[in-house]
Amino acid sequence: MEEGEGNREVEVAPALVAVHPSHSSVVVAVASDLRVYDLSGDRPVTLGDEPGRSNHSDSIRAIRYAPDGELFVSAGDDKRVNVWSVDSWRCIGTVCCEKRVSSVAISPNGLYVCFADKFGVVWVVSVEKDDADQQFVKDKPTPMLAHYCSIITSLAFSPDGRFLVSADRDSKIRVSVVPKEPLKGAHEIQSFCLGHSEFVSCLDFVYTSEYSKGLLVSGSGDSTVRLWDCETGSLLDIFDVGSKVDDFAPNGVEGEMHYVVTDLCASPNDTRIAVAVQSLNGIVLLNCDLPGKTLSIIMVVRIAGEAFIPTSLGTGSGQNLMWMVAGVSKLTGLDSTLPIVLVKTMTGFRSNTDQEPTVQPSNEIPGSLKLLEHLQGSLQVEGPAISAAANAWRLAMCNLMVKKQYSAETREFRKRTRNDKKAAQ
Amino acid sequence: MQEKVVGSTHSKTTGLPRKRFYRARAHSNPLSDSHFPVPLCPGQFDYSLHYPQLFPSSSNNGCVKKIQFADIGCGFGGLLVSLSTLFPETLMIGMEIRDKVTEYVKERISALRTTNPGQYQNISVVRTNSMKYIPNYFEKGQLTKMFFLFPDPHFKEKNHRRRVISPHLLDEYAYTLAVGGIIYTITDVEELGEWMESCLDEHPMFEAVSEEEVKADPVVNLLTSATEEGQKVARNGGKTFRAIYRRISPSSS
Ligand SMILES: C[S@@+](CC[C@H](N)C(=O)[O-])C[C@H]1O[C@@H](n2cnc3c(N)ncnc32)[C@H](O)[C@@H]1O
Repeated sequence: MEEGEGNREVEVAPALVAVHPSHSSVVVAVASDLRVYDLSGDRPVTLGDEPGRSNHSDSIRAIRYAPDGELFVSAGDDKRVNVWSVDSWRCIGTVCCEKRVSSVAISPNGLYVCFADKFGVVWVVSVEKDDADQQFVKDKPTPMLAHYCSIITSLAFSPDGRFLVSADRDSKIRVSVVPKEPLKGAHEIQSFCLGHSEFVSCLDFVYTSEYSKGLLVSGSGDSTVRLWDCETGSLLDIFDVGSKVDDFAPNGVEGEMHYVVTDLCASPNDTRIAVAVQSLNGIVLLNCDLPGKTLSIIMVVRIAGEAFIPTSLGTGSGQNLMWMVAGVSKLTGLDSTLPIVLVKTMTGFRSNTDQEPTVQPSNEIPGSLKLLEHLQGSLQVEGPAISAAANAWRLAMCNLMVKKQYSAETREFRKRTRNDKKAAQ
Repeated sequence: MQEKVVGSTHSKTTGLPRKRFYRARAHSNPLSDSHFPVPLCPGQFDYSLHYPQLFPSSSNNGCVKKIQFADIGCGFGGLLVSLSTLFPETLMIGMEIRDKVTEYVKERISALRTTNPGQYQNISVVRTNSMKYIPNYFEKGQLTKMFFLFPDPHFKEKNHRRRVISPHLLDEYAYTLAVGGIIYTITDVEELGEWMESCLDEHPMFEAVSEEEVKADPVVNLLTSATEEGQKVARNGGKTFRAIYRRISPSSS
């Protein structure tokens, strides 16, 4: 068994959310489903020619809008990367990979789609225009860079497009210079941002018009959020979720994965950061002082009622609204094998608002019940199912990210029983 | 010298550890997850543990000198021992993935330090997987020489990604080497020699060192004469294939 290939039975993929940069649409991905809601037109979107179909045949692991909002990309366990034109929601290209895809990003100029496979290789394809001015994707990807045999958990372009940042499950963050011709590979490493002691789960940039280069933020299994200058790789500040959030009573979940940071989302052109934590039903709201290069906590925003532990966060630019989803691709143990997903929004996200950050009731979410029905697949999601989903997600993350500590005997046994060894004899 | 402090795993006459007590499996799989301590970042690498005479306490660690030469897959450490006296002012480290071999090199260095007071203070070894953790040990542009001598060949096509020289790993070596720094590779496996040369040739941040410079470089002879593998190949009258390249700035791409 190669590194990164977990046990398929217990593999559960988290529900994901992505918000269009100008807030014209929102996408939820759960299992192989891609559900799009047109916020400007206030209506559910049917994808491409095949109604209700996403073109994916296995769990979607990564979704992303291009920074300019023209393209959208989805990819995952079916080893396919689909690139969509946001205007028409037509799939303008499918790229086939050899391995499952763990992360995606689109360059700020909209010309390159990058995706990482589970062996640590980041691939790139270019988006081009045909004679009829229709965008299409060159179908053959080229390798751009690699983390030696590690799962790449997150990819992010710097806001100015100069750097591509990649994070892995070995706690490494690599900052590569984006070359003029990305198809020839990103060989020049600007820096490594080193300091996390566990897997890095998420990356984002905090920037404003005054600080347009921005600073990099990362979240990790070591229960910290860290602030970096990606040009030098210097660690600027650490926010320790476990020690600083003391009114933080996890939902009675025992075990080592308590304060694992699972996702973060920086408000574009602003200083606020929302942080999702493994056992918190709610989010931690941070502020980044860009000139001072520090992180500070604003508050913990809790979600009353059910065990809504966000698996993914998203926001559009200039939006006071932050979107959250909680859910998983399937539940083992319960009768249903249907994907479970819940959608919520929080207002008062931006720093220039007087509004207290609050989670909105269903009827105040844009699109209201119509949106929920489409994105969740149903209006009613049972409490026990939500709790079970949170647990399934925690276990899956644990399995995927935490390195197996084999005892000496097991290690010897694994060596003796390895297939390649047998073949070599 | 005091023979009695040296155990039976060490030679009575030289105080050096005997290799046969430190034999290990010939090959390690660099892809498998191993569990040895790795510094979180270069700043956390404790120089006082490795070079105690030069760094008497860990508190003055923030100081001037840093490791400049790295021997990747150093094996039994022959090269380090020779380089130590050739460049007495330079700090060097061997990186080796096999536990027992690393232990052997440690013992070898400490025996040399004991028998030659004041010498061999500038060399040390760490057990690590160089394919994963080079950036944890060295900062950008810190190294001036990197050695990849007689690396494991990994013949099968599907195992090429286990090779210690590969297009992607060269990105990390280029990051670690100062502009002008030299990467030395040598092997007795022709196919691997061609592979290493072509990887280096195609990389935008390396250029071949000219024949004259190679001839004038005192280190070049050591690649075969000082390494255990090199000596073995020489004894058997085998051929070797060298590729020596310099780190250059990428043409503004
Ligand atoms: C054939 S030996 C050569 C040793 C030495 N350079 C010489 O010339 O005598 C190759 C060495 O590289 C080590 N090695 C292989 N992969 C490694 C890795 N990923 N990190 C560190 N050492 C590695 C092996 O354990 C072995 O000792």
